[in-house]
Amino acid sequence: MVIQASNSTVMKNRTFSVLINPGQAPPQAGRRDFLKQSSLLTALALTPSTVLQAAETVLGTEGSPTAENIPVVIEINGTSRSLSVEPRVSLLDLLREQLDMTGTKKGCDYGQCGACTVHVDGQRVLACLSLAVMMQGKQVTTIEGLAEGPERLHPMQEAFIKHDGFQCGYCTPGQIMSAVGCLREGHADTEAEIREYMSGNICRCGAYSNIIAAIEEVKKGGQKV
Amino acid sequence: MINFRYVRPTTRQACVTALVSDPTAQFIAGGTNLIDLMKRGVTAPEKVVDINALTLRSIDKQGSGIRIGALALNSAVADHPMIRQQQPLLTQALNAGASAQIRNMATMGGNMLQRTRCHYFYDTALPCNKREPGSGCGALEGFNRIHAIFGTSDRDPKTACIAVHPSDMCVALVALDATVLVTGPNGERRIPFVDFHRLPGNTPERDTNLERGELILAIDVPDNAFARHTHYLKVRDRNSYAFALVSVAAALDLSNSTIRDARLAMGGVAHKPWRLLDAEKALVGKPATEATFRQAADIAMQGAKAFEHNAFKIRMAPSSIVEALKTAARPA
Repeated sequence: MVIQASNSTVMKNRTFSVLINPGQAPPQAGRRDFLKQSSLLTALALTPSTVLQAAETVLGTEGSPTAENIPVVIEINGTSRSLSVEPRVSLLDLLREQLDMTGTKKGCDYGQCGACTVHVDGQRVLACLSLAVMMQGKQVTTIEGLAEGPERLHPMQEAFIKHDGFQCGYCTPGQIMSAVGCLREGHADTEAEIREYMSGNICRCGAYSNIIAAIEEVKKGGQKV
Repeated sequence: MINFRYVRPTTRQACVTALVSDPTAQFIAGGTNLIDLMKRGVTAPEKVVDINALTLRSIDKQGSGIRIGALALNSAVADHPMIRQQQPLLTQALNAGASAQIRNMATMGGNMLQRTRCHYFYDTALPCNKREPGSGCGALEGFNRIHAIFGTSDRDPKTACIAVHPSDMCVALVALDATVLVTGPNGERRIPFVDFHRLPGNTPERDTNLERGELILAIDVPDNAFARHTHYLKVRDRNSYAFALVSVAAALDLSNSTIRDARLAMGGVAHKPWRLLDAEKALVGKPATEATFRQAADIAMQGAKAFEHNAFKIRMAPSSIVEALKTAARPA
C-alpha cells in the first residue's frame, strides 16, 4: 500500500532527477572509449596539488562557501578514479551519467526497487540513496566489475542464466549484486531466508522462483563469491 | 534536488557548530531517508553536515548494558552476536524494517530520526502541518488508512497531525527501556527512549525532543531477563519490505508459566513508538495464558480513536498484542 500510494510521486519526479546531470558521452562513442577519455580529462583537470587543496577546504568545518563541485577519489571496479561532483549527485547518477556505466539501473530512484544495488566496501547498498561525494576513499563494485575478468562470468551471473532468473532483465544487475551480498552476509540458508533477505529487489516480471533457484545453486556450489 | 553545501567535520563539536551556524542545515549519516526527502522536495537544507567521520560505530558491553554507537549500521547491530543473544527483540525489530541494502546503509541515530511516511507529508502539493506548519492536515479528512489511533492532534486544523512514526527498531528500543546519549550546544545529556520522540501536540513539525544542534552519540540498552521470551510482530500489506500497519514488541520474563515481568510496545499506531505501561502492569504476576494476554490487550486499547479508513486498527492492534505475547511465551 505504501508503495502504491507513492507511485504517483515517483512518476511526477522522474524527469526531474534524470535532468540533474545530463549524459556527457558523445552519442556514437563506445563506453570503453568514453571511459578512457573521461579518465584522461579528469586527470588533466585535477592535478594532485589542487585536489589536495580543495579537499581540505571542503572537509573543514566551514566547508565550501557555495554548493560547488567537489573533488572525490573513488575506487570503481578496481580502478581509482579522481572525479569532480556536485554534492547533490547520487552515486547512481555519477555511474550512469558521468561515467557512462549503465549496467547499474535506475528503477524508482527512491530506494524502493533495488535495481541500483551496488557494493560499497563489499556491502550491498542502494546507489540511488548514496551521495557520490560521500564515497570518498571507498571501493565501489558494480555489475560491470563483478566478474574476475572479461572472459569469465561471476558464478552468480552463470547461475542466473542457467536458471532463467530474469525476463526483461532490467532488475537483473541489482538482483545479482544483491544476491551476492545475500550469500556473503550468510542469509541464504533456506528459501524463506533468501526471500526475506532479497525482498529489497523488486522484479516486475516475477522471476522470483528462478532467482531463488540461482542463489540456492551458488550457495550449494560453495564457490567463493 | 536543490543543491547544497557539503561539509564533513571530524569532531563532534565541529559537527554541532556546523549545524547551528546555518538554520537550514541538517546532519547526514546513512542518508536513506534524508536523500529520499530531498529528491522529493520535502526538505531542502542549504548545508548538509556529514557526520560519518566521527567514531560512533562501536557496539560494546558497558556497565549493566550494551552501548550502541549512533553510527552503527542497522545490519551490524542486528547481526552482532551480543545483540542476538542478549537483546533478540532488537535484532527481530531491526530485521523487520526496510530491506537488506537499506539496513547496510541506515544508522541507529538515523533510524530514530527518520520522518513519517504519511502520504500527505511526502506530497508537497498537499497541506501538511508537519512539513509546512499551519497549512492544515490532508490526512484528517483524507485517505487515513495508515494513520494513528493514539495521541493524535485533531481539534485545531492549523496544528492537526495524525501521522505515525515509521520505525520498527524504535518500538523495540522503547520496550527495552533504552536511553539515548546526545551532545549539543549545551553539552551532553541523556534522554530516556520513551521521552525521545513526542506526540504532535501543537507543534507537529517536531518529531522529537532534541534541541536544535543536538547530535545523537549512542543508545544504551540495559541488561534484562527477557532474552528467552521475546517477539516482534509486524503486520503489513505485504510479507516484507513494507511499513507496519500495526507492530508489537513483546518481552516476557517467565517463571513456571507465571509472568514475572513484561515489556510491551506498539508501532504504527502513534506519532511516537507507543509504550504500553498499563498493559505491562496487568501482565505481571499473572499466568501466561491467552486470557491474561486478552486482558492486557483490552487495557492497551483504552483511549484509541479511529478515523475514516483506519478503524480496522482498533481490532487489529489488540489481536496483534495477543498474538505477539503468545509467540513470546512459547518455550525458547
